[in-house]
Amino acid sequence: MDKNYMNIPAEKFKVATGRKLSDKKLATKPVGYFKDAMIRFSRNKSSVAASIIILFLFLYAIVVPYISNYNVEFRDGYYKMVLPRSKTFAFLGWDGCREQNEAQSGYDYLNSIGQEYGTSAVLKVNERYKDSNGIPFYKLYVDSYEKVGFVYADLSADEYQKLQKYQNDTGIQVIYPLPVYYKTNFVSVGSAANLWYELADETANTQGLSKYHADNGDPIYVPAYHTSSNKNRAQYDSLRIEGDNGGADGETWYTYAAKNQTGYRVRVLYKEYYNYKNGFYAQHLLGTNQHGQDIFACLAYGARLSFLLAISVSVINFFIGVIYGAVEGYYGGAVDLILERISDILASIPFIVVATLFKMHLADKVGPIVSLLFAFVLTGWIGIAHRVRTQFYRFKGQEYVLAARTLGASDSRLIFRHILPNSLGTIITSTVLIIPGVIFSESMLSFLGIISLETSGLTSIGTMLSNGQAYLSSFPHIILFPALFISLLEISFNLFGNGLRDAFNPSLRGADE
Amino acid sequence: MHKYVLKRIVLMIFTFFVITTICFILIKMLPLPTIKAMGRDAKLIEERRKMMGYDKPIMVQYLRYWKFLLQGNMGLGEQMYSSREVSEVMFTKLPYTVVVNLYSILIAIPLGLMFGIYAALRKNKWQDHVISTMVMFFISVPSYVYAFLVQYFLCYKTGWFPLTAATREQTTFFSWTMFHSMVPAIISLGFGTVAGLTRFTRAELSEVLTGDYLLLARTKGLTRSQAIVRHAMRNAMVPILPMILGEFVGILGGSFVIESIFGIPGIGSLFIQSINLRDYNFFMADTVFYTLVSLAAGLVIDLSYGFIDPRIKMGAR
Repeated sequence: MDKNYMNIPAEKFKVATGRKLSDKKLATKPVGYFKDAMIRFSRNKSSVAASIIILFLFLYAIVVPYISNYNVEFRDGYYKMVLPRSKTFAFLGWDGCREQNEAQSGYDYLNSIGQEYGTSAVLKVNERYKDSNGIPFYKLYVDSYEKVGFVYADLSADEYQKLQKYQNDTGIQVIYPLPVYYKTNFVSVGSAANLWYELADETANTQGLSKYHADNGDPIYVPAYHTSSNKNRAQYDSLRIEGDNGGADGETWYTYAAKNQTGYRVRVLYKEYYNYKNGFYAQHLLGTNQHGQDIFACLAYGARLSFLLAISVSVINFFIGVIYGAVEGYYGGAVDLILERISDILASIPFIVVATLFKMHLADKVGPIVSLLFAFVLTGWIGIAHRVRTQFYRFKGQEYVLAARTLGASDSRLIFRHILPNSLGTIITSTVLIIPGVIFSESMLSFLGIISLETSGLTSIGTMLSNGQAYLSSFPHIILFPALFISLLEISFNLFGNGLRDAFNPSLRGADE
Repeated sequence: MHKYVLKRIVLMIFTFFVITTICFILIKMLPLPTIKAMGRDAKLIEERRKMMGYDKPIMVQYLRYWKFLLQGNMGLGEQMYSSREVSEVMFTKLPYTVVVNLYSILIAIPLGLMFGIYAALRKNKWQDHVISTMVMFFISVPSYVYAFLVQYFLCYKTGWFPLTAATREQTTFFSWTMFHSMVPAIISLGFGTVAGLTRFTRAELSEVLTGDYLLLARTKGLTRSQAIVRHAMRNAMVPILPMILGEFVGILGGSFVIESIFGIPGIGSLFIQSINLRDYNFFMADTVFYTLVSLAAGLVIDLSYGFIDPRIKMGAR
């Protein structure tokens, strides 16, 4: 018989069938380590809730850029700092309106907006009062969208004709008659195109005070439209506002456009003009910032950037940390000493210095995001490596490792098949916990302006925070939503991480680190 | 013991040396801000750069840097605080950072200890759950969010505190005006410290409370409070005190975000300014400073274990 046991050909082996196994069959399904951890995790209510919130925020970041009408590049010059408005939840006060204090001139100005087509930017006069000098003031409930009212638009002849055609097709009036003051450059009001009534003061720095007032102080608006004896002046042949059956004497007509060098200057109702240009009405769920960007969409873009950065950093750090820590812990001795020194030195460099140096050296070459990624990767893996190293010291002397080694398992097999799986729970937990750290650091760096992540098509949560900081007192909504978002994200991730740690390592429950 | 301390200090100096070297070389490799952009007499500045040895090879500059650094000279400001000594400017800025952080931890530490001890003694009762939930919340929420809330409610809405901190020109440090103007920053800094310390204290103390020797102390006839104060507290303090000491060293570092939001003219603002204006002497000096502070904090924490608890043999495996 051939005694060469070392090289038995494969065909000599056959599957042992027909032999009865004397083992007892398992009554229940076997539960592995990860399944066990899953069961423990799902019992932890707060962690489950946190993971649902994270999923929700993640979906928000992924989906919203596709379904939203807006993106980061969308900036509107007139709907700046409008307040959050939701059609469904308007009754909760989420209606894009708020109370503001105005003097008589402000009241006249705001109240006039929309009167031409039957509404008003002032929804309610909450209170009239007089200050110590007897000057009347108003507490007005103002719609921040309606407040924009009319603006002057300079159109080319073509655009002008197109807009008229649009008006005739839809029956929606966009162009309104020019007021007599259309040539005056009013400096003290929001939009000069809103001054369509007779003013008490017609100088350039008028505040919008109406010429006539009723006994109770309410303004009486007498239209001050520019008129012309030619009905078709500036070739306007479209909708006309009510009462435009000629001017005062029945022979003159309101002027709808003024010719200038490039085309026509017209006075347009901005909300309709916006719809004409964009195909939808302005509707900002979380309001807009000072650049007229939609916060709801920008936040999703910023969150997407944060998630992208944080997840790539944690994945990269996972691999570097595992390999580095495994080598340190497995080989020990001089290798460990040198590698530990290197990671010690890297860990001692203040992160802000690392981020700044990477930015200064690389931001122009590879872009700010990649340079930030490098900065995070440079030192971020040290925590994981440290953990892996500790775990390796714990396991590498154990009997099962010795047994595997005796059977001839190679170093890499021992490392990756036998020792590493034992510490996977801890490693996964610390990898997950890298994510909130990165998101926080990124927002802090871009908030401080050390890393600038603001370009025409890019924004980040930190950028949004620093944008909002200047308007904290007057328009807190700009800063509120990014701050709320990041707080929610950080809390959820920490809860989620804690849940993971407890699930993977029940003996550590309640302990910190 | 002495051997271990010495070893740690030597290692620290080595680390410090390597980091400063790397940073120095990386900073020197950056292009100097063009003279034109500074809008001053170009020739004069070029002259001065030459005098400071900017045209020499990096290695020569490096040796020169160390020579001056050991004399406490960190160069002159160029883009900002023109011609003033960097170290001098830093020393005028440092007190702001130290004062605001000192107030903050002086208030935060007793609170953190108190909450932590209370939570540990009421472990798994509703008081503990409330405190633990709050801690989770306050640890997770970024410090700038508190800063915005504090600024909005305490500065804008109620007007109780001024928007920015007072300066030394207006009043002295440790005066009431200074304290009052710094309250928003102190509060914003405090949340995180209190929460962190509470969590740590609770974890340490509740672990100690399960120890067998505490049971023994009770069996010997000590009341619960006696056992806790004499035995549990003393043992729980072993890891807590080093952490507190670390906090004290850490106050030199301060907080960039809080200084930036509340306009405190401290070291952090100086650092950000130096990045934005690209004044490399200030940048380098700040880097050296921060590295030193973080290394020192680590060293203090490490060594204090041995001093606090003689049972811990330093350096023993």
